[in-house]
Amino acid sequence: MKGTVTINSELCKECHLCTISCKKENLQPSSELNSKGFHPIILKADADCNGCALCATICPDVAIEVYRE
Amino acid sequence: MKKVFSRPKSLKNTAFHYCGGCGHSIAHRLIAESIDELDIQDRIIGVPPAGCAVIAYNYFDIDMLESPHGRGCAVATGIKRVLPDRVVFSYQGDGDLAAIGTAETFHAANRGENITVIFINNAVYGMTGGQMAPTTLLGQVSTTTQPGRSALLDGHPVHFSEILGQLPGTMYIERCAVNTPANVMKAKKAVKKAFQYQMDNVGFSLIEILSQCPTNWKMSPVEACRWVNEVMMKEYPLGIIKDSKR
Repeated sequence: MKGTVTINSELCKECHLCTISCKKENLQPSSELNSKGFHPIILKADADCNGCALCATICPDVAIEVYRE
Repeated sequence: MKKVFSRPKSLKNTAFHYCGGCGHSIAHRLIAESIDELDIQDRIIGVPPAGCAVIAYNYFDIDMLESPHGRGCAVATGIKRVLPDRVVFSYQGDGDLAAIGTAETFHAANRGENITVIFINNAVYGMTGGQMAPTTLLGQVSTTTQPGRSALLDGHPVHFSEILGQLPGTMYIERCAVNTPANVMKAKKAVKKAFQYQMDNVGFSLIEILSQCPTNWKMSPVEACRWVNEVMMKEYPLGIIKDSKR
């Protein structure tokens, strides 16, 4: 992986704007619930993230931090 | 690995109260990022509106002064005239700016006050429950236009940015959207440019941001973003409406 993201699951409201923005379809909702009752988005186990930050650019709740090599 | 994207410094570490997918929260972040990049956190003053963004002061780590409904431009004018070395912006929704505050906005623009206005257009009154706003599209269903807005009964959608663009006092007006990453990046550029113009004493600038309101449009956030592209942008095309420095 050339990059990765960390998602603050407590801030996530499961709007899915990140999942549709990720060109590599690396993001999916978790099976767990957060304290607001949403299924927060997580990075897939087999994700191939290049750190493009499109998910973080669209995330309304600033829940995503992006790292790149 | 190097961190390449994180929460801007001038945005407090507080969870937004906005609904999931709301354009307000994206607009907040763009403003905060522009403030950080221009390094004006200690000399910018914001004026939040009445509406969904009424508690915007809880989110920005900058000085803010709440205004009465619709009077954002009048309050911003006062601040700017007393403290001309500060960067002053007013953040207003469509009901606030284009209905209740029409007079204040129009005349602040006509006087060419050196302020920046961030105009969030989501085509409804958001906070009060999705009533018709002046910007509601023809045929659009809202709680007060159940059969869809009719031109005969309810009038036509108001293109406030174009109206202000006719005034010699306005210097920079652009319409943006925050429904896709590409549009978010363009909107950020526009917000930053508007602040820069104010710092260069160019004059009145207004950035209209087409903002998705999934809750009141009765759509999922993803559908709402698509609706901005497919329906809203036909009525309100994106782009620079006026730029005196071009």
